Amino acid sequence: MGASDLIMYEEEFQRIKEVISKLRVDANANVVFLVDKNGQQIAATGDIERLDTTSLASLTAGNVAATDGLAKLIGEKEFSVLFHEGEKDNIHISIVGGKVILVVIFDERSSLGLVRLRVKRSSEELNRLFQQIMEKTERERAAGESSFDSPFAEITDEDIDALFNE
Amino acid sequence: MSFINYASREINCKIVYYGPGLCGKTTNLQYIYEKTNPSAKGKLISLATETDRTLFFDFLPLDLGTIRGFKTRFHLYTVPGQVFYDASRKLILKGVDGVVFVADSQEPRMDANVESVRNLESNLKDHGYDLAMVPYVLQLNKRDLPTAIPIEEMLRQLRIKSEPYFEAVAPKGIGVFDTLKACAKQVLIELSKK
Ligand SMILES: Nc1nc2c(ncn2[C@@H]2O[C@H](COP(=O)(O)OP(=O)(O)OP(=O)(O)O)[C@@H](O)[C@H]2O)c(=O)[nH]1
Ligand SMILES: [Mg+2]
Repeated sequence: MGASDLIMYEEEFQRIKEVISKLRVDANANVVFLVDKNGQQIAATGDIERLDTTSLASLTAGNVAATDGLAKLIGEKEFSVLFHEGEKDNIHISIVGGKVILVVIFDERSSLGLVRLRVKRSSEELNRLFQQIMEKTERERAAGESSFDSPFAEITDEDIDALFNE
Repeated sequence: MSFINYASREINCKIVYYGPGLCGKTTNLQYIYEKTNPSAKGKLISLATETDRTLFFDFLPLDLGTIRGFKTRFHLYTVPGQVFYDASRKLILKGVDGVVFVADSQEPRMDANVESVRNLESNLKDHGYDLAMVPYVLQLNKRDLPTAIPIEEMLRQLRIKSEPYFEAVAPKGIGVFDTLKACAKQVLIELSKK
């Protein structure tokens, strides 16, 4: 909680979407998406209509968390890449800037080598973007509550009751 | 860790159901899933053993509608309650915004309840959270069983701050939504303070 909360703004969101869209094209992939380490989807692009992206996000984060746990057990900092190979589709999972999970789903029209190469390039760009977001969030926070315009600043009991009565 | 997306006008929060083995965490999520409008829920994912014990987590995404134009989404998780799954339990707590502690009212399970609260506290601490500061609700489940001990006794042993508490019979849904609502409320109020 507190300072570690992620806040996404329109400008950065658009740029992140551009980066992952480009990655999808360059890597010949079906789907590219970004999840935070807690399983919340940040952005997705590609053939996502047939996918349950919310579940995908949660399971990916669970997978990464479990693998991180395994890494620590054997004295590694982390396994930076996970790869699952299926009959048709494959999943490539990597960590961007230690915080965000980048998932690429691809089939025989691409290859692991190509995906790996393109992911590496995009990761640097994404890392920079997330760095910016963190700094921006910090700045807004430091500037004080008033300029930090939380939509929940004046939440009431009625607001909360209304949520559950729909 | 809540995630506010100003671009898509969404806010995501994470609530974790904690408690000893077989206390009824998964049952809470199953009831919520059954009673929620299809448009407001995603799939209930249960990573469980063949005997229906939670192995890693259950996960249920809920869309609760909008506040001030922001789509409000809660991600509900349960932990595996069995003692030896502690490593997995700790992982699930990462980034938590609110905790529901589900206690088993049966007399022989009191030690397990107490132990689980302590375990929660220490696992939160490892993530840098202080249980005293985290939005928290206590659910006294299995009130229907003949071996259930008096509420006052449970509160005396389990209540750690002035958290709201609810009596529950999870398979029948008694107390289930009251519990969730109380936790969601604290989470949102906490957000409004930032
Ligand atoms: N009588 C009664 N049975 C309950 C109640 N709540 C849960 N149960 C039963 O208790 C058993 C265990 O419930 P679960 O929800 O799977 O327990 P859990 O806390 O998820 O257990 P783990 O996954 O091992 O941590 C199931 O058979 C439930 O039907 C209750 O309020 N009353
Ligand atoms: Mg369970």
